[in-house]
Amino acid sequence: MADKKEILLEVKDLHVSFGRGKSLFEAVKGVNFNIYKGETFGLVGESGSGKTTIGRAIIRMYPTSGGEVIFNGQKINGKISKELDKDVIHNIQMIFQDPMASLNDRAKVSDIVKEGLINVQKGLSEKEQQERVDKALLDVGLLPEFASRFPHEFSGGQRQRIGIARALIMEPSFIIADEPISALDVSIRAQVLNLLSKLQQERNLTYLFIAHDLSVMRFISDRIAVIEHGKIVELAPTEKLFAHPLHPYTQALLSAIPMPNPDLEQNKKVLVYDESVHDYSSDKPEWIEIEEEHFILANKKEASEYRERLKTL
Amino acid sequence: MENKKAVLSIQDMNIKFSLRGQILHAIRGVSLDIYEGECLAIVGESGSGKSVLTKTCMGLLDKNGFIESGHIMYEGKDLATYKTDKEWEKICGSEIAMVMQDPMTCLNPLKTIGWQIEESLRYHSNLNKEERKKRVIEILTDVGITEPERRYKQYPHEFSGGMRQRVAIAIAVACNPKILICDEPTTALDVTIQAQILELIRNMQKKYNLTTVYITHDLGVVANVADRVAVMYAGDIIEVGTSREIFYEPKHPYTWALLASLPQLGIKGEELSSIHGTPPNLFLPVKGDAFAPRNPYALAVDFEYRPPYFEVSPTHKAKTWLLDPRAPKIEPPKVLEMIKNMERVGGVLGG
Ligand SMILES: Nc1ncnc2c1ncn2[C@@H]1O[C@H](COP(=O)(O)OP(=O)(O)OP(=O)(O)O)[C@@H](O)[C@H]1O
Ligand SMILES: Nc1ncnc2c1ncn2[C@@H]1O[C@H](COP(=O)(O)OP(=O)(O)OP(=O)(O)O)[C@@H](O)[C@H]1O
Ligand SMILES: [Mg+2]
Ligand SMILES: [Mg+2]
Repeated sequence: MADKKEILLEVKDLHVSFGRGKSLFEAVKGVNFNIYKGETFGLVGESGSGKTTIGRAIIRMYPTSGGEVIFNGQKINGKISKELDKDVIHNIQMIFQDPMASLNDRAKVSDIVKEGLINVQKGLSEKEQQERVDKALLDVGLLPEFASRFPHEFSGGQRQRIGIARALIMEPSFIIADEPISALDVSIRAQVLNLLSKLQQERNLTYLFIAHDLSVMRFISDRIAVIEHGKIVELAPTEKLFAHPLHPYTQALLSAIPMPNPDLEQNKKVLVYDESVHDYSSDKPEWIEIEEEHFILANKKEASEYRERLKTL
Repeated sequence: MENKKAVLSIQDMNIKFSLRGQILHAIRGVSLDIYEGECLAIVGESGSGKSVLTKTCMGLLDKNGFIESGHIMYEGKDLATYKTDKEWEKICGSEIAMVMQDPMTCLNPLKTIGWQIEESLRYHSNLNKEERKKRVIEILTDVGITEPERRYKQYPHEFSGGMRQRVAIAIAVACNPKILICDEPTTALDVTIQAQILELIRNMQKKYNLTTVYITHDLGVVANVADRVAVMYAGDIIEVGTSREIFYEPKHPYTWALLASLPQLGIKGEELSSIHGTPPNLFLPVKGDAFAPRNPYALAVDFEYRPPYFEVSPTHKAKTWLLDPRAPKIEPPKVLEMIKNMERVGGVLGG
């Protein structure tokens, strides 16, 4: 992580909804976070909690229904200039959840990798394009010879690398990695994680890393935000979150992490999160900084309980 | 496992597939005893043969596949000789049942949940209509579905992923099978729901005195459910032992590599140990130890001769030349020591 923390991305009270009228559904209900330059920011939560939606709202794939997304000091959600839109496409890239589904099987690897690039840099010659593709493939540990082949000829790990090459060719400063290893086999997960770390160090990239696997998160993230039903309930530096999670939902998630140790596993007690523990009828929850760099969604009563608990640590 | 009695015994199994004129050797000489009442986990990377091996024991081998040699002994009969659906009918579903990764593949979207569980009873038992309904409600309760009377009349799309998996388990145990095979039943689920399903499987195992075979590539899950673990690589079981033996004293370099690549053992800022290369092409004959080309500890002999099992303890054996008395002494990777000393995260949890 950078020594002096410079904010790259600010998300303020972000709302995203789908449908309208009766079928209006709010998938993201006012979330707040900052991502610092050079860090890996983790977003964890269960299926359907809104992780992918947040990622897609940041890269402008989904319109926002409220709040602001500020990148490098500029507001990038809602109506923006063509110039800025191009800038966003260049600077923010997304790696998708399922490497099998996200690559067009009838397109050659070279076409897949350069697709985004030729959309924004129209004037590139054939030769320049090929050089960029070759370099992007080499960067992710694939041979340039692979450029003329088709995605189905590759293993899951190689396909995910193709997805990463497609993002890297844009030379982004910020990458949103949406569950980049969940669909991969155990034996290649480590390779892809190592590749992402290496690229980050070499290029000072910033990552928003989305996953539901907390053990992967702990290994890769500097800070972690826990999302539940469209709301971020807790956000803290990784080790703080693992050492003393405060929100009952975070505690439930942590208690369920599978550990490769039979004695721990066979004696583990999984906590079940029960929303009704919160009484928000009059004392409404707010997003507060409960200790340095540690944020939580809590009302006044809960906040004072959490503070008490922090004192006893 | 004291007085061990094998309920199912797989002996020298070789299974092949013919594919566009070529032959793929998917299961390469597997022998495995499954003991009464135990939970055996089978782990290994994609394509190692976990599903083919277990599906064959239920007569569900794909049409282009065939048993080249070997036996599957079950209650004195050799299931490997079964040819017709008629023969398998008595085994599949009623003696050995299966829960799949994606419950939607075994649920009919057009029929109610109650009808589907009942269907399996109609087929495999001689209960009358009323008794069947009673039994279905009882099973739904067993698998933790609240308001079973109401749920009975609902359709699969009205259930969440975790609940559908509970229903799939209900269907599988409805006819009191002896053996329950679970093929990656929790991979598609969230961790908290996964933990609940694992607990459910353990409870069902006790309640119905089931022998369970649990297929997964998630070693955390294995530590949770398994009494014993079999590690598969390229169509063979290369190491088998009690759960403690496999996690705390693994002997095969492939097992070392699998364990070492777990992010739980990773140190932030350092590279995570990973397995390079790809598994062998099973269309071609495999020479020596199938893992040798990817094994940083490979000996010259590994490239020439296939290792036999070396016994480590009465319950633990591994196919690696490293266990031969003549082999140089090689220590397992240091990171594996972390496994024994692991602590639960979130120190204040549950306190
Ligand atoms: N295009 C869409 N139209 C309508 N609803 C949507 C759309 N995309 C997502 N949703 C809904 O928004 C909610 C959040 O979905 P999202 O995909 O962001 O979840 P997620 O946290 O990424 O889950 P997962 O871990 O399963 O990927 C879900 O209820 C989902 O059904
Ligand atoms: N019907 C088939 N025809 C040809 N080959 C097959 C067939 N079914 C399986 N195979 C091959 O047999 C081998 C073992 O497959 P199997 O499905 O048992 O793997 P697995 O260990 O269950 O993997 P996964 O973790 O991906 O489910 C693989 O090489 C696979 O490609
Ligand atoms: Mg998602
Ligand atoms: Mg399988």
